Amino acid sequence: MTVTPYQSRLREGPYGFADLLHAEWTKFRTVRGWIIAVIAGGLAIVAFALVPGQQGSCNVSSCAAPVGPGGEEVSDSFYFVHQPLSGNGSITVRVTSLTGEIPVLTQGAAMRAGLVPWAKAGIIVKASTSPGSAYAAMMVTGSHGVRMQDDFTQDMPGLPGAVSAASPRWLRLTRSGDTITGYDSADGTHWAQVGTATLAGLPQVAQAGLFTTSPGYLQTSLGEASVSGGPSVATGVFDHVGLSWPSGAWAGDNVGGGGGSPGGTAGSSQAAGTFTITGAGDIAPVVAGGGGDVTIAQTLVGTFAGLIVLVVVAAMFMTAEYRRRLILVTLTAAPRRGRVLAAKAVIIGAVTFAAGLVSAAIAVVLGQRVLRGNGAYVYPASALTQVRVIVGTAAVLAVAAVLAIAIGTILRRGSGAVAVVVVVIVLPYLLTVAAPILPAGPADWLLRITPAAGFAIQQTLIQYPQVTNTYTAAYGYYPLPPWAGLAVLCAWAALALSLAVFLLRRRDA
Amino acid sequence: MEATIEVSGLRKRFGPTLALDGMSFTVLPGQVTGFVGPNGAGKSTTMRVVLGLDAPDAGTALIGGRPYQSLRRPLTGVGALLDAAALQPSRSARNHLLWLAHSQGLTASRVDEVVAQSGLQAVIRRKAGGYSLGMRQRLGIAAALLGDPPVLMLDEPFNGMDPEGIVWMRGFLRSLAAQGRAVLVSSHLMGELQDTADHLVVAGRGRVIADASVAELIVTASGGRVSVATTAPGRATEVLSAAGAQVAAAGPGPLIIAGLEAERVVALLSRNAVPFSEVSAHRATLEDAYLELTRDAVEFQAAPSERAAR
Repeated sequence: MTVTPYQSRLREGPYGFADLLHAEWTKFRTVRGWIIAVIAGGLAIVAFALVPGQQGSCNVSSCAAPVGPGGEEVSDSFYFVHQPLSGNGSITVRVTSLTGEIPVLTQGAAMRAGLVPWAKAGIIVKASTSPGSAYAAMMVTGSHGVRMQDDFTQDMPGLPGAVSAASPRWLRLTRSGDTITGYDSADGTHWAQVGTATLAGLPQVAQAGLFTTSPGYLQTSLGEASVSGGPSVATGVFDHVGLSWPSGAWAGDNVGGGGGSPGGTAGSSQAAGTFTITGAGDIAPVVAGGGGDVTIAQTLVGTFAGLIVLVVVAAMFMTAEYRRRLILVTLTAAPRRGRVLAAKAVIIGAVTFAAGLVSAAIAVVLGQRVLRGNGAYVYPASALTQVRVIVGTAAVLAVAAVLAIAIGTILRRGSGAVAVVVVVIVLPYLLTVAAPILPAGPADWLLRITPAAGFAIQQTLIQYPQVTNTYTAAYGYYPLPPWAGLAVLCAWAALALSLAVFLLRRRDA
Repeated sequence: MEATIEVSGLRKRFGPTLALDGMSFTVLPGQVTGFVGPNGAGKSTTMRVVLGLDAPDAGTALIGGRPYQSLRRPLTGVGALLDAAALQPSRSARNHLLWLAHSQGLTASRVDEVVAQSGLQAVIRRKAGGYSLGMRQRLGIAAALLGDPPVLMLDEPFNGMDPEGIVWMRGFLRSLAAQGRAVLVSSHLMGELQDTADHLVVAGRGRVIADASVAELIVTASGGRVSVATTAPGRATEVLSAAGAQVAAAGPGPLIIAGLEAERVVALLSRNAVPFSEVSAHRATLEDAYLELTRDAVEFQAAPSERAAR
């Protein structure tokens, strides 16, 4: 029997990975429940942003802090004994004592002797007495030795050790144009350069002189899970004041209102060339911590809720195929299994990224309006930072969805996959950020090594070692920088995807 | 591409069960090849191996001389229906075909063509979850035809079909084979393949028991036996057994005699004055042939360690 083999009437066209993407997109969009769930996930993110959350009183009085030369918000409160410095010159001083008082937290306004670590007494050259203006300063500190600091964010170490009459510290600042150089010495004879600072646009006539300030006292307990504190005050004693120019009259100013100095003790006295200056406040960037202050990340607290919904959809996109045995049809249509999973990951990643981008943008824009309407103080973030937070949040959702589809492939069960993803992403986030019940140590480790590290992309605050604060995730400080946190999440997704491809290829369908 | 399926020496073990034990056969174009055997004979596993879904422990399975994984647009090479229930219930039947079409670079117009061929036009926009098993079988046939493939492989396509559907399916399969396609259809009931299959591959215990045309199988199964119509079956059995024949009584019908030629039967009955009305060469049915061939496999099937057909 001779048979004429069948000849197909279909014409061959181009064929490739794009066809798999097209197929998976058709699969996704034709299940109405999945489309609805993606929209619901986005709405959850927006809904959390619109719920009245933080309350405050900033609609009554402005809460905005002065802004430093770098554009960041700063504390600029100190007692300043100064006189004009016209053009180049230098100022030298010996500091013989730095003492202070800190609050007794259990007894209301009572104070006891004590010094906060970053209490400061020293010399400063500053563009003006307006808070936020440019400066460079040499100072002794409560427990960080001699430092040179400038323009709020820069900090360089000098001689270590505490100051006392037996062990005084000599400090010198020299101005040459815009450049200020700091020196320190233990004996007034042997000097060492600590650092230089360039203060762009320093006016011809600047203010130079002596200052003392003392930031608020913080006491943490239960591994930084509980914080209490109050204002402190410090007193510095200076002598051997040397100016390179003919000394004029000294003026005393409580710059920036003195940072709520306890009992209005700020001030200075001068006797026989010895200056005693008492001040409170700080010369440092503002850091967040509790109160009615929030960052724009507060508008995205619903991310975890949206993430749970999107993770369910992503896992189902794969596990429904196993449950319905549709995987047989899928793998018959596309026998190169790695490409099938890749196509699915691309589609679910793109869908969740788009949903995340739209909802995060709405949440950040409308959420800030709601918070300000409530009178809460929202730390300003640059447009670039806001874009990073919005795009980053969409990326976190997309990568979490890819992780979910990978785990769904490994486990082949929807409920198990969702449970795993929630435990590794949402649970650490809730325990460390949303409802921080873990001590800071374990919390930081969770946010370093678990996929929840990805939430770091939402942080807008910077940690400054020269400012004492509770730098915990609960206050918006993650242990990893934003992109590094996202990279940890991406690494987990890549690892899970590799294992998923390996198993998908190896196992019988 | 050559329209053939070549299966050679397939072995596959699932835990303690040997599902395939040297399965070998070839499916040729232009005819319907029936793939029959009891549940657990290895029919579905063979098809899964051919489609690259299960990896065999040994042996090869080729489509037109090539392994399935190497086909560029596989559904244009082989159309398969493995499990008619493998559907996302909330997706419409048309969209099920649409994503399959997109996966092969085909368009919606091709979907409309196979929907018309499978007779599902009226219900194609309904959710697949609401389909009866018979409708799902038609949808599975439509899916198998999407790529207009020269080879078709259908696992139990008659399951759940109403009589009208079975008649349609038989005609449809024969017309597909008449176009020059190779059509492999599995069933655990020989009756479903009667008047449909040209060629039969009978499987049991993971290997091929018989691989022959339908005509050859019937001749073999008849095995030179003789049927005797008599009003005294007891006496006839006594006489013929004494002469060394095996006698089987199939109810009130004629006796089936094996081991004696027709002339010798007539002589013995006449000599012993046993009344008889007709002695003729026995002609077995396809069902008889199948039951005979698979008796061992069915007995084996009853053993508790046997794994159910996948």
